[in-house]
Amino acid sequence: MIMDAPFLIAASLTLLSAIAAISLRNLVHCALCLALTFIGLATLYLQLGAQFVGLTQIVVNVGAVAIVIVFAILLTRSGDSSDEPRFNKGAVWGFLIGGGVFGALGAAINASSISLKAAAVEPSLTVKQIGQELMGRYVLPLEAIGLLLTAALIGAVIVAMRETPREGGRK
Amino acid sequence: MSPAIHNLWLIPTLPLLAAGALALAPRGNRLAAKALSIGSLAASLLLSLQAFLASLRLQGDHGVAREFVNFVWLRFGAGEAGALKLGFVLDPLTAVMLVMVTFVGLLIFIFSVGYMDHDDNFKQFFCFLSLFAAAMLGLIISNSLLLLFICWELVGVASYLLIGFWFHKPEAAAAAKKAFITTRIGDMGFLLGMVWLYAETGTLLFYDGGAGCLEQGAIAALVAKSAVGGIAVSTCIALLIFCGAVGKSGQLPLHVWLPDAMEGPTPVSALIHAATMVAAGVFLVARMFPVFAAVPPGAEGGAGALTIVTWVGATTAVFAALIAVAQNDIKRILAYSTVSQLGYMMLGLGVGGVAVGMFHLIMHAFFKALLFLGAGSVIHGCHEEQDIRKMGGLAKPMRQTFIVYAMGTLCLTGCIPTIGFWSKDEILLNALHGHTDSLIALLPFLMGLFGAVLTAFYMFRQIFYVFYGEYRGDQDHPPHESSPVMVWPLWALFASLAFFTVPGPFVWKWFGGFVDGHQHEVPLGLMFLAGGLSVGAFILGAWFAWKLYGKELPQEADAPDALETRCPETFKLLGARFLVDELYEASVIKANAWCARMADILDRKVWNGVTQFVTQVALMFAWLVRLFDEYVINLGFDCGCRRIEDGGRAAVKPQTGQIQSYLRLIGVALIVGVLLLTWGCSGS
Amino acid sequence: MTMETWLIFSAALFCIGLVGALTRRNAIIVLISIELMLNAANLNFIVFWRHGVNAEAAAGVMTVIFSIGIAAAEAAVGLALVIAVYRHFKTVNLDKIDSMKG
Repeated sequence: MIMDAPFLIAASLTLLSAIAAISLRNLVHCALCLALTFIGLATLYLQLGAQFVGLTQIVVNVGAVAIVIVFAILLTRSGDSSDEPRFNKGAVWGFLIGGGVFGALGAAINASSISLKAAAVEPSLTVKQIGQELMGRYVLPLEAIGLLLTAALIGAVIVAMRETPREGGRK
Repeated sequence: MSPAIHNLWLIPTLPLLAAGALALAPRGNRLAAKALSIGSLAASLLLSLQAFLASLRLQGDHGVAREFVNFVWLRFGAGEAGALKLGFVLDPLTAVMLVMVTFVGLLIFIFSVGYMDHDDNFKQFFCFLSLFAAAMLGLIISNSLLLLFICWELVGVASYLLIGFWFHKPEAAAAAKKAFITTRIGDMGFLLGMVWLYAETGTLLFYDGGAGCLEQGAIAALVAKSAVGGIAVSTCIALLIFCGAVGKSGQLPLHVWLPDAMEGPTPVSALIHAATMVAAGVFLVARMFPVFAAVPPGAEGGAGALTIVTWVGATTAVFAALIAVAQNDIKRILAYSTVSQLGYMMLGLGVGGVAVGMFHLIMHAFFKALLFLGAGSVIHGCHEEQDIRKMGGLAKPMRQTFIVYAMGTLCLTGCIPTIGFWSKDEILLNALHGHTDSLIALLPFLMGLFGAVLTAFYMFRQIFYVFYGEYRGDQDHPPHESSPVMVWPLWALFASLAFFTVPGPFVWKWFGGFVDGHQHEVPLGLMFLAGGLSVGAFILGAWFAWKLYGKELPQEADAPDALETRCPETFKLLGARFLVDELYEASVIKANAWCARMADILDRKVWNGVTQFVTQVALMFAWLVRLFDEYVINLGFDCGCRRIEDGGRAAVKPQTGQIQSYLRLIGVALIVGVLLLTWGCSGS
Repeated sequence: MTMETWLIFSAALFCIGLVGALTRRNAIIVLISIELMLNAANLNFIVFWRHGVNAEAAAGVMTVIFSIGIAAAEAAVGLALVIAVYRHFKTVNLDKIDSMKG
């Protein structure tokens, strides 16, 4: 099976940066690697012909989520806890289970009958079409997701808000 | 219905209220004690007189006029049968008793004011006296055997309190106890008789418009039924109730308490143990007379309970008179005399009916109260000396007392023409009338006659000892006449006796008609015979006394008794009261003590041992149960608990609280799920 | 480029995220891992859309767009939670946070 170069480059970049994101000791590095992973995924989306999704991925995930994570890292000030081991006590089990899941999924993919090739003609999905879909068939989920985002953000603010000091004791 | 019957309940209630008020009054309140008790009893006397007059007015040409008020006291079931009724009755019997008790009682109350003047417990004394008067009056007016019994026992309590009034004297305390216990023995029979009567008739009311237990229907039913040995139930009940009368009236064999009761203050002796309470037994027999007199049809007249009453009365009359001959204590002589006279009353009831016995009761109450109060006056005048040998020559310093005492003596001994003669003569006459067919039937009459001789003898012996000769007591403290408050009641009693004596036989004629509702018809010849014999008996007794004591008056206090020098053995036996007390001591009391000791040993050794054994067995059983509990049940339970605990501990292990351990499980589940979906589904 | 290659790739990405979530102590790394797993799933939607028979329907693309929105919300709430937890326990070490231990 011959694979085209763009895919190989993007895929390997994505996987390597993903592995880095979960294994590096420095949390800020981890966050940066995560951003790299998102960028790799965005290129893969472009290769698959989902330009709008790829751009959204860059804007939302790389631009917002990764930055929020960096903020969280800074706020919790746990970036340089180098004396502690990175992995927890049951790490071996974690690796085994992860491997097991990969094996199971791979086996399932191999066993399945889907071995379709990519469609010859790239499906043309313009932003206009997507906008029409969003305003037409998917208007209700759109409204719902807007509501969800608003609620989640307000909730996040409330949860993360500094606790009001009780009885004037604790800061 | 006269208003008197509705006021009847007030008669005992007034003294009862006085007693209650005095019980609560402060200790030293003498004026209140006097005023309340005497005032209440005076009011009772007025009400009694009203009742008496009402009863007189009611009296018709034939039969006994009787009114009663009944009320439900206790309800323990539905209807007529479930109601326990009490009531008051007004009939001639009640009326005469009421007047007698309140009148004599009032005089004795007044006398007590003087007699108890120096006593610290003055108030208490009048409280007890009022309580006694209330109980006695309640007893008289009650129309129910139950109410009568309640008052009967209250009278007993008051008697106990008054005999033991000087409780610091051991003899007084012992005498009170003795009186209470001895009368209780008789009351046991009374109670049994009452229960039996209730079981048979279903009522304890005397008169209830035909349904009472003393009325025709109930009596007929009682007579018709026979208990063991063919004796009619009525006779059995009568005899049981008579037991109570024997105890209360000091008849043989329960007379022992009465002489000892003289340890109480003299007014008490006069009121309770001469005039009223002891007469309650006689009154009870009189009240229950229909039951006593009931004889089964066909049986002879001698088969009823009255025969027993007659014989007990006659025996007691002679027995007590014999003992009285050899006593030296002025009050003891009078006490045995009382026992003897009560025997006469019983005899009169047995042979002559209600009126005969009651007539002697009433008259005896007057002259015995007079004698006792006179004796009290003598004792008081001689500085609390009671031994007649240490008196003597009191006729001069105590002239008033002597005169009234002599009057009482003449009445008691039955000297013609005093009222005492007529009342005793009536008894003897009835004992003679209709009993001349055999010697056995005549014996009660002869005993009564002999008793009359003895009565005259011991009373004149006393008179000679006390009032004639020289004073043999302490010469430094000469005797003196008592205070007017003590002498006036004596004169009042004297006056009433004189009042009865003047019309003589007509008093009896009226009384017999009033109480029995019919005239007693006796052959004239028999009447003269009995009267002659009675007079003869008096003269014989008096003559003997004069011969032995009057002719040669004893000079020294410790000089031997004239009778003692002549027949010392007899005198000693009589002086020791026929050793009845010793006999009881040796038999009943010793047996009782032995029983008590046996019971004690049984208790300590046998029952205690059994109890201990049972306890030990129970303890052992408990120990076994404990072992079983601890080592079997607990062990199993503990084991189960431990298993459950282990299970819980095992179940809690996965709950580490660490998010990643849960996540791991989810990962495993994912693997399994994917594998299942891929091969599990396609395979099937 | 077969569809299987894409699926294997996304499975690998998912498993990397899973391993990270299972093994790392730091709560923020766990959040990063969850983002990775979510993105692996998103990639699958796009792959199936690209290789599906009815690409004009754009269902896969729409799902991913919504999914990204939800992921953003999730990231915001998750990080807020991490901050709150840190404030309470003074740590984000998951081994030390076990107050729900039975």
